[in-house]
Amino acid sequence: MAKYLLLKHYRGAPDPVNNVPMTQWTPEEISAHMQYMSDFADRLVATGEFVDGQALAPEGTFVRYDGEGRPPVTDGPFAETKDLIAGWMVIDVDSYERAIELAGELSAAPGAGGKPIHEWLEVRPFLTVPPNATQ
Amino acid sequence: MDEALLRGLIPGVLGVLGRRGADFATAEDAVQEALIEAIRTWPADPPRDPKGWLVTVAWRRFLDLTRADAARRRRENLVEEEPAPGPVPDVDDTLQLYFRCAHPSLAPSSAVALTLRAVGGLTTRQIAQAYLVPEATMAQRISRAKRTVSGVRFDQPGEVATVLRVLYLVFNEGYSGNVDLAAEAIRLTRQLATVIDHPEVVGLLALMLLHHARRASRIAPDGSLVPLAEQDRGRWDTTTIAEGVQLLQGALARDRLGEFQAQAAIAALHADALTAEETDWVQIVEWYEELVRLTDSPVVRLNRAVAVGEADGPRAGLAALAALDESLPRYRAVAAYLHERDGNLVTAARLYAEAAHQALNLAERDHLTRQAARLNTHRSR
Repeated sequence: MAKYLLLKHYRGAPDPVNNVPMTQWTPEEISAHMQYMSDFADRLVATGEFVDGQALAPEGTFVRYDGEGRPPVTDGPFAETKDLIAGWMVIDVDSYERAIELAGELSAAPGAGGKPIHEWLEVRPFLTVPPNATQ
Repeated sequence: MDEALLRGLIPGVLGVLGRRGADFATAEDAVQEALIEAIRTWPADPPRDPKGWLVTVAWRRFLDLTRADAARRRRENLVEEEPAPGPVPDVDDTLQLYFRCAHPSLAPSSAVALTLRAVGGLTTRQIAQAYLVPEATMAQRISRAKRTVSGVRFDQPGEVATVLRVLYLVFNEGYSGNVDLAAEAIRLTRQLATVIDHPEVVGLLALMLLHHARRASRIAPDGSLVPLAEQDRGRWDTTTIAEGVQLLQGALARDRLGEFQAQAAIAALHADALTAEETDWVQIVEWYEELVRLTDSPVVRLNRAVAVGEADGPRAGLAALAALDESLPRYRAVAAYLHERDGNLVTAARLYAEAAHQALNLAERDHLTRQAARLNTHRSR
């Protein structure tokens, strides 16, 4: 088994096919979207593949060390196309193919008009901490 | 209370329930509950016959669990057939349990989880912690696995090779948290070796012991990887090495070579050398040739190229490497090493950096990054 991160980009990813901002969906469409995500997670618990999932607030702050006592804070280096992560899900699956399959399913979450949003999801493998015992 | 000792009784108890006609999934649940009860009550009130106690409690739980209407008739028959109280027969059904848990219809990860629970007696929580997934996820993984094999007859022997592969997977997971999976795999393989007479079981046990003996020296205090050649051989566990070598010799003497025996032979040759320079690379190359013959695995061919590089020089190693597919995991790491030994430092540094980019775990990535950095800073000074 290997763990993968399915990363949901808030902005910055290529535009999804059904590209209507969430604020313009009907409340029912939003509920349907949320229900889809939560059912998806439940299904992965049942197959023994779920590890973690979290949503993130859309605002972020860039911080770096800039000398003693002066951590500068900026609104971020991406002035126009701020790339923020909307949330993530961590899965533990038997193969890369399975990770891709699940990401595809998650990307089919319903949006405006109850149609799949076809949003882009980033799939990244985890680096495991301990190396194999045989190395 | 000795929890490992308690866990060692689990397969026997499951076996007794199975022989009394219990279905696997329910019996396994019942034994888990008996186990938890034992952990709770034994410290204050240790039983005289631990296995008998477990069988009694698990059997009662099993009857409770099968109380459903649909199962009533069956349960009544079972009660009818319940043997009179007395000593538990000491027939070992452990082997069937191993085969069932490693059934080919299960995905490897499910087989591993089921083996750890049913044969190893670990709780679902412990297994979940070891694999860093939520307990609910692991509980579902295990119950799905149990459903998958519930129709499989208890008395049909499976493939020893499948069981061994599952145990090797457990061993390779190493350890995390409070469950040491490598030690657990050794315990289970040892147990398997007592119930089955098969040279590859002994070969796998020897292999695990020989790797395990070097464990303390493989990781530096700061968590970085220490390559075999640089390990402090004084910290290798010589008692474990001696046991591994002795087991291996016994297995090899039976003249039924398999891949685990061949791998153990290579590990033994490394363990035998007092210094890295004294390693018998010529013999190691010969064992790799046996392994190529037995497995035809590209990863084995890659390892063979490393050994050839040591036995006949880096040019010979690079020639062996040239015949292989560049997309193999660790191909670039091997190429980097051989190029460095051949004096091509610029190529080696570039390959180390590329290998770091493709590494599958942090320790390996950091190690390869350091190798690239070492060659790059060396040149620029």
